[in-house]
Amino acid sequence: MTASAAPGGSLLRGSRRRRRNEAAVRGALFAAAALSILISVGIVLSLVFEAVSFLSQIELSQLVAPGWFPRRGMFSIATVVVGTLIVTVIAMTIAAPVGLGSAIYLSEYATPRVRGIVKPILEILAGIPSVVLGFFALTWISPNIVQNLFPEAKGFSLMAAGIGVGVLTIPLVASISEDAMRAVPNALREASYGLGSRRLTTSVRVIVPAAISGIVAALILATSRAIGETMVVALAAGASGGSLFTVDPLGPGQTLTAAMASLAAGSDQVAGANAAFQSLFFLGLLLFLMTLVLNVIADTFVRRTRQKY
Amino acid sequence: MNAPSAVLGSRDRSVRRDGIDIRGLLFAGFLLLALLFSLAILTVLVGSQVVQGFPVFAERGIDFLTSDLASNPANAGVAQGIVGTALLVVVVAVLAFPVGIMTALYLEEYAGDTALARFININVRNLAGVPSVVYGILGLAVFVTLLAVLGDGDGKTILSGGLTLAVLVLPLVIITSAEAIRAVPDALREAGFGLGGSRWQVIRQLILPAAAPGILTGTVLALSRAIGETAVLILVGAVLGSFSTNGSLGALLTGPYTALPAIVFDWARKPGPAFQADTSAAIIVLLAITILANAMAVVLRNRYERKW
Amino acid sequence: MTTTSSEGPAPAGPDPVLEADTAEPAASVAPAVVRLRDVGLFYGEFRAVKGVSFDVPTHQITSIIGPSGSGKSTLLRSINRMNDLIAGTRMEGEILYHEENLYASYVDPVEVRRRIGMVFQKPNPFPKSIYDNVAFGPRLNGFKGDLDGLVEQSLRRAAIWDEVKDKLKQSGLTLSGGQQQRLCIARAIATDPEVILMDEPCSALDPRATLQIEQLMAEIKERYTIVIVTHNMQQAARASDRTVFLNMAEDRAGYIVEQGETAQIFTNPTHQMTEDYVSGRFG
Repeated sequence: MTASAAPGGSLLRGSRRRRRNEAAVRGALFAAAALSILISVGIVLSLVFEAVSFLSQIELSQLVAPGWFPRRGMFSIATVVVGTLIVTVIAMTIAAPVGLGSAIYLSEYATPRVRGIVKPILEILAGIPSVVLGFFALTWISPNIVQNLFPEAKGFSLMAAGIGVGVLTIPLVASISEDAMRAVPNALREASYGLGSRRLTTSVRVIVPAAISGIVAALILATSRAIGETMVVALAAGASGGSLFTVDPLGPGQTLTAAMASLAAGSDQVAGANAAFQSLFFLGLLLFLMTLVLNVIADTFVRRTRQKY
Repeated sequence: MNAPSAVLGSRDRSVRRDGIDIRGLLFAGFLLLALLFSLAILTVLVGSQVVQGFPVFAERGIDFLTSDLASNPANAGVAQGIVGTALLVVVVAVLAFPVGIMTALYLEEYAGDTALARFININVRNLAGVPSVVYGILGLAVFVTLLAVLGDGDGKTILSGGLTLAVLVLPLVIITSAEAIRAVPDALREAGFGLGGSRWQVIRQLILPAAAPGILTGTVLALSRAIGETAVLILVGAVLGSFSTNGSLGALLTGPYTALPAIVFDWARKPGPAFQADTSAAIIVLLAITILANAMAVVLRNRYERKW
Repeated sequence: MTTTSSEGPAPAGPDPVLEADTAEPAASVAPAVVRLRDVGLFYGEFRAVKGVSFDVPTHQITSIIGPSGSGKSTLLRSINRMNDLIAGTRMEGEILYHEENLYASYVDPVEVRRRIGMVFQKPNPFPKSIYDNVAFGPRLNGFKGDLDGLVEQSLRRAAIWDEVKDKLKQSGLTLSGGQQQRLCIARAIATDPEVILMDEPCSALDPRATLQIEQLMAEIKERYTIVIVTHNMQQAARASDRTVFLNMAEDRAGYIVEQGETAQIFTNPTHQMTEDYVSGRFG
């Protein structure tokens, strides 16, 4: 580490050109990496600026209205948040047991051959565009499942949307929690079987507790995904113009994301710097904060699993 | 669920099977059911779309793929959607892949375990969890505005759509590429450096070729995600647009545009069984493309999984 | 530094170079290519090696022996600055290559590694053809000339030409372990280094392949200077000219107990600890 000057003509100095090229490559790669930070900053700034502008244009009392009707100046947060929660709860009621069940089966029960067939199928399901699932929820799940079980249900319903979103998040739950279970060391499995446990006991009492961090992370991530899912709700939950406050899962309703989609694309498409248009950014900010909190929590759970083994 | 045999059985000294383990069987049955649920949904979904959409192809054949958008469902086709989606894919590939792979290289090969690298890592993981509709807002606030200022239109062009989609899939490209690069064994790096390779030479000639299959898998998955993405396109204005018919490249890039998923969304909201059938037919086209892309990614990954 | 044997050429002092010249035993008259002067190596806060000084005479085989954890590999990797690649490593003291400090601020580690090559513990051929493995180094250097000839020459010197001459296009990974390691030696030779560092090159090989590598080392030392780290005391005794024996101090840092002619270290060691180690009583 001596900071001595190079003796004249030392061969160990290396070529200046190569050093310059190396520095240039490093600089370019760093610039690319820094871009991701710039994107985050861009997202936050574009959300916050317009959301603040929106809030400054309206009376705060307009946020507490009988419903969400942006063109009429009614911006009931409760309506869209409760709608989002209803869809999310229904989605997780489907995705949690189905996803976890699939994960336990794949990790603890399935032969390699069955895994080889089933995993790609789950991956294909994960790759289906949400707009397709939205159309399916509207035209098949709604009449054949929702209205069959509950004859009083409407054609557009939060229930049908929730089931559609649930189907969409099954692969996410299954793959992350399966990864967590497969990361459990085999020694634990063998110890359990060695004590005479059955597969059921081993799975439920040994593997699931050992993988619990990963499983919790999977469920939180799926919740975050369900909250942010847009197309299924925009198509199957109806209420494109707006909605009164509702807690009825069998009727149409409005969610954060669906309200954003209909503001941007619906027949009530509004542009320019009026409050209705800017409510889009306000909803976006709410959605961003909700999912960010969930993702950060899930991330700490994921890291906890990684530390353990 | 409360079969007594399973509870008492453990005290038994006999090695004979003590009756049927009902709880175990029920549990296994439930697990299998969970698995079959996904399978069934997938089958019904694809089946129902084929049943509804097939007549369109049977009647009109290739015409459905080559016709433009129209208000009459009997003439409407997805040609503009296919062209739009293809152009979006090109924009995404040109923008997101280099930047994503470069970021992954920086994080894995240059940054080490510094505070900055950890921060970028966390940032990328969080970006991956941001709902796509929020990316749409970014596109609306930044790219659409920017292009409107630079160009003469309203900025809702295929470029702003492609830029937004590229930003949307960037975290996915970074994460999968970084995983592929991390999986390259250190022995390869050491051998390269031991022979006097510079860092970039080692990356170029050893690490990138070894990580290429994994990176390719990630990029194909990212493309498939971009192909099916709808919410972003709605926000940056693909829904009501269509290509101008005097198609110079300039007009194509600066004019209104549409894409396959945007057409599906638009038609899905139109009343009447004729447009429903058209929607299903468009879904078949969209599914064929995305499933093909996904299957390609799965095959690629399985073929090159763990050479070391 | 009190633990360093007075027998060694260079107990680290305020002016090591001067002392080394005077204290050099008569036996090693060969000029030194590499000299380590009071070298200390750190992983973060942990000191892995302390106060190490020895000379590597040209066209000889120097072996570094010692129990695991004594810092042999770390020490070896510091000679061609491979440790630079591990975050958090630090070096103190000097390593001189033809009297030029390898750790001087102007030195490019890439140039160092082109002159001081390395063969690793586990054979690590590239997932490329045998030909491309050997041609890799010359191509990095922008070699303009008879590449085919150079590849053949390198493979011949590594005593593997006859086994692979008909399958140069095959992947290097298809070879047996011993062949892979000789391929790696050929690959190192092809860049024409002056010094070759070998980090337990036979630990993953069977006895027959080990013997082949040892014979190979004896042949190529006419052209190259070799430093080898080995766990295998018979190997050090058989194959090397000089031996450096490291042990762990109480703070777990490696230090030199004794160094000298291999024959002397193994038959007539000065230190009881050396005798215990070479006779297999610990380590």
